[in-house]
Amino acid sequence: MKPELEQLVHRAQQLYEDLDLAAVRTWKQAAPGRKAIGYMPIYVPRELMHAAGILPVGILGGGDRLEIIRGDAYFQSYICHIPRSTVELALSGRLDVLDGMLFPSIGDVIRNLSGMWTMLFPGRYVRYVDVPQNFDPKVGGAYWRRELETLQGDLTRLAGRAIKDDDLRHSIAIYNQNRQAIRELYQARSWQPWVYPTSELYLFLRAGNVLPPEEHTELLRQYLKLAPLEEDRKEKDHSRVVLVGMFCEQPPLGLLLTLERAGCWIVDDDLLLGMRWLTGEVEVEGDPLANLVTAFLEQSTATASRYQPEGDRGRALVESVQHNVAEGVIFCAPSFCDPALLDQPMLIAALDRESIQHTQFKYSEDTGQFAVIREQAGTFSDSIRLWSEA
Amino acid sequence: MSATKIYVGIDLGSTTTKAIILNGAGDVLGRGITNSRSNYDVACAVARQEAFVRARFALIRTVLGREAALAAVAKGFLPALERTFHLQQHLDQLDRLRQALRQAAAAPRHRDCREQLHDRVESIVAAMREKAPALYGELAVRKSDFFRDLAAADYMHLAEQHSDPKRVTFDTLCGLFDAAILSVENSTGDGSFEHHISAALDRTLASRPAWKQSAEQLRAAVETARLIELKETGTVGTGYGRQRLPFPKEQIRSEILCHGLGAHALFPRTATVLDIGGQDTKAIQVDANGIVTSFQMNDRCAAGCGRYLGYIADEMNLGLHELGPLAQQSRRRVKINSTCTVFAGAELRDRLSLGQRREDILAGLHRAIILRAMSLLARSGGVRQEFTFTGGVARNPAAVDALRGLIKENYGQQTLNISPDSIYTGALGAALFALRGDREAA
Amino acid sequence: MSEHSVEKEQSMLLQKQMIAGHYQALARAPEEGRKTVYTFVPGNLTELLRSFDLLPVLPEINALQSGMRKLSAGYIAEAEKYGHSEDVCTYVKCDIGMLKKGNISPTGTQLPNPDLLLLSYTGCFTFMKWFELLRQEYDCPVAMLHVPYQADGKIHPHHRDYVVEQLRSEVIPMLEKISGRRYDEDRLRASLALSVYAEDDLVWVLESAKNTPSPIDAYFGGVYYIGPIFSAFRGTPEGVEYYRTLRQEIEARLRDGLGPITPEGSMGRERYRLVVEGPPNWTSFREFWKMFYDEGAVVVASSYTKVGGLYDRGFRHDPDRPLESLAEYCMGCYTNLGLPSRVELLESYIREYHADGFMINSVKSCNSFSAGQLLMLRQLEERTGIPGGFIESDLVDPRYFSSANIKNRIESYLQMLEQKRGTKVGA
Repeated sequence: MKPELEQLVHRAQQLYEDLDLAAVRTWKQAAPGRKAIGYMPIYVPRELMHAAGILPVGILGGGDRLEIIRGDAYFQSYICHIPRSTVELALSGRLDVLDGMLFPSIGDVIRNLSGMWTMLFPGRYVRYVDVPQNFDPKVGGAYWRRELETLQGDLTRLAGRAIKDDDLRHSIAIYNQNRQAIRELYQARSWQPWVYPTSELYLFLRAGNVLPPEEHTELLRQYLKLAPLEEDRKEKDHSRVVLVGMFCEQPPLGLLLTLERAGCWIVDDDLLLGMRWLTGEVEVEGDPLANLVTAFLEQSTATASRYQPEGDRGRALVESVQHNVAEGVIFCAPSFCDPALLDQPMLIAALDRESIQHTQFKYSEDTGQFAVIREQAGTFSDSIRLWSEA
Repeated sequence: MSATKIYVGIDLGSTTTKAIILNGAGDVLGRGITNSRSNYDVACAVARQEAFVRARFALIRTVLGREAALAAVAKGFLPALERTFHLQQHLDQLDRLRQALRQAAAAPRHRDCREQLHDRVESIVAAMREKAPALYGELAVRKSDFFRDLAAADYMHLAEQHSDPKRVTFDTLCGLFDAAILSVENSTGDGSFEHHISAALDRTLASRPAWKQSAEQLRAAVETARLIELKETGTVGTGYGRQRLPFPKEQIRSEILCHGLGAHALFPRTATVLDIGGQDTKAIQVDANGIVTSFQMNDRCAAGCGRYLGYIADEMNLGLHELGPLAQQSRRRVKINSTCTVFAGAELRDRLSLGQRREDILAGLHRAIILRAMSLLARSGGVRQEFTFTGGVARNPAAVDALRGLIKENYGQQTLNISPDSIYTGALGAALFALRGDREAA
Repeated sequence: MSEHSVEKEQSMLLQKQMIAGHYQALARAPEEGRKTVYTFVPGNLTELLRSFDLLPVLPEINALQSGMRKLSAGYIAEAEKYGHSEDVCTYVKCDIGMLKKGNISPTGTQLPNPDLLLLSYTGCFTFMKWFELLRQEYDCPVAMLHVPYQADGKIHPHHRDYVVEQLRSEVIPMLEKISGRRYDEDRLRASLALSVYAEDDLVWVLESAKNTPSPIDAYFGGVYYIGPIFSAFRGTPEGVEYYRTLRQEIEARLRDGLGPITPEGSMGRERYRLVVEGPPNWTSFREFWKMFYDEGAVVVASSYTKVGGLYDRGFRHDPDRPLESLAEYCMGCYTNLGLPSRVELLESYIREYHADGFMINSVKSCNSFSAGQLLMLRQLEERTGIPGGFIESDLVDPRYFSSANIKNRIESYLQMLEQKRGTKVGA
């Protein structure tokens, strides 16, 4: 690896490994009165926080490096892992740097975690972000606008400054740039997954959890520029696969590495979906709140936690397979993740209709053993190649 | 003939059954333990009998203690008598094993080699009888207190010598033993004090000139103790199998309450109790009187309990007691996230194949188990001064180290109590309930 | 005793007839040209459906009935064969399995296919996945009713407006289309007026447990009492009749100082008064109940009996505000409330019903109920100074009901309460 890229990857890796949120602390200390708010996976309107001068911080559990000492005391064995490590992070003081937490509507566990937060940390700002499941602008749209207004009011109080429309327009533009950079990166990886291995791309995406969007966009741009300069990144006889099911509890990095080493190029995924929730740009001109509402109603990505009035679960997945010229799908869901696991049979039915190959396994964010997954993914990749040759 | 009131506590656990006998002052007179096997009634009877035997010996000690003239002789005599008594019990069991083996050898499927089989069994048992006294020698270290384990070790060793690949195979002999030991274990036999004391006494007195000289006084003392009537005034049963005990409902207490009270009796300043047994883990908070104020148990999966260590030991081909010391040698603990019993073997093999060191993996496993226990403790209300650790896992030094460290990190410095008799904690609590019940009735 | 058991049987019989009748009506629906709507208990819109002459089918009730009749294990296995994970909600799997095996109702009658799936998305994320799965099976329309979560336990006006708007713009037009009838608000009002009678009587019955001894068990008995009003009979004359009968029976038990009726007759002396959080286990329901009444433990209040509405906290359907009150009803269902509100409710039950203890039955299937219960336990202990009991089981998967384990915990817990009370073996 050339030193420039190596340095860049190193930085992303450091940010990823930093469970103490040092980057957030540094950002806050750089100017008096700065505030930061955490949010759990999937969609929250980060633009509103940004416009209030608040740093939105993505909290995605503790991964595989955090030892759970206190967090397990709050969860039965049949509940997924992310709330345990998130509570552990908070109880160990690592999240003290945050001035509030937003819990998006992603499933009952994260929803209930919002209430737990209220009880565990009285006095801290907590909000459950209940996005509309009705996409009629006059119905779901009107509701969502009121919710956004309420959130805006809360953030105004928290930040101690009003959020002006121009601030919000500016923030929308900033996030449009960020989304654009991520889209370009995903597109580039889809073309040349050997140039942008997912185990690396993931680190750069994750950096966006703790960096201000401007800085994150810049980081992504640099990565886009530097990765293609690596001469030893060559195409290999791998299978092209789409990963599904990782929209909430994140897989350990070792799992992504394992899949790639087992012969799978990941050409699309639902990792860190919150950053990529809106599939297009948000209109900058005009009423900014209305623009955020419209974007949510019309441009939300298809995922398990979002209702699809038109039915046809799986269409988006089939489209992704086709668009990215993938040869198969790997369902990779966290254990006990009801949304992902209940979605699976529907997605599988859609794939079967199109004769798209698939395989499935479960993980937890702290899975430490990949032998079985390596075996399974390797076999899957081989079978795809044999199948395509036949 | 004098009489003394006694109180019996029985703890019918998933792995072992324990019995405790207390006198009216709450002092422990006798303890008994046996493996729970498939027959709880027998396990209960065996543990009780053992506790009664020990209680008699405690009485003999008291009687001898009163006679100053005998003090010097009594010192060595009593332990010798006790060892000889247990040897007698052992020989008696061997006789029953012999009978059972002969019966098993007579099965139709051994028709072709019945006679050879018969001869081999006789030779094996004879050799076992010869080896028996050494098991109960003064400095002997027995690997187990259970007849099953002791007999199995000897038998397997001898069976190897007495088998041949053609007529009487090792497998055939093993099969006989499995059938025979089951029938021996599932009947109580008579291991009582009354049954064996006289032979044991004769044998012991004859073994040393000094004891022979004082034979009369010693016999008299044993006789005095033998005649004391043990009035079983109260009995309380507890443990996982307590519903199977033939006791009326009022005489049954949950093991949680018994554990709390038992721990309080062992260490009167106990506020928090952690018990890690074979199948479950319990975190208990007690008040200043040993009354339980809250408790939590592990969920339906046995991950992180003693049984888990058992699987690991089997998988590594180690004795259970060897795990802890090996883990303590670790210098680079491996982080283990899952204590799932089902996956334990696979995970272990996988890690070993990756080149991770046994001791480092073991250190990680011990920590993982204790982390699960920490969750239960937190759920039950935390760790308060003083903290008492009981159950089989409390005898594992690596587990204790891990616990001590985590307690200190999370709850500050706390006194950690571990009793060598902690396996009897539940039975002790049960016996104390029997005693309290009698006092209250009075 | 005998006289009361006869009276008791009257409400029981009535309920049995109502349920059997409803399943029969469902079986006849296709030939009679009646349309059916599948929907959920929390946030159910029975009066609205009835006002269109539509018949409700409640898959949750089918699942729990299948559990009680020992059919669920086979259904769950069937669903898992079709690729459903062992990890997920067993109500869903039981329902899917039942469907795959011919959609025979727990009473043995044929269930009609839905003409509409009314996805009253209230308090449970899995509902959405459940009906998406059914939609694939039946290829029928879905009406989504998104009921916002009451994270802070308050009903915000714009939340109510949102639900009412969805009723007007999504649900009612769909019901009109399916039924071929126009929305008749007067008919809805008349039905809602009937609901109020039943609600009043139900609340009276539930609150009778404030007496010592309690004439009812508000959990194991309670699940029967809520049956009609949580399912197809809210706002119907039969529903009103059932609750009037039930109330009279309980009034008589109260007069005579009798304890709750159990499957083995009147309960003996009331020794423990408990509040229970969480749904019961259905596959070993009788056995589970017995573990309580054998020890003299009576459940005086439970949260499970509030999943279909928190009537005892004052909510009533309101004929004068038909859609608004339906919206408020949906939002107020127990699992749609934030955890702090749930803790407050349980705390008030412990105090108002003079409970000696409280117990949480944590079911593996239901994250909506279960996620956070261990914190609720701790909070309740801190607020009331009473230790709580914690047991784990499942709704309808018998693999998750470990009888010895659960009995051990219940007994240990009750003995601890007794010991603390010092009635028997005090210090």
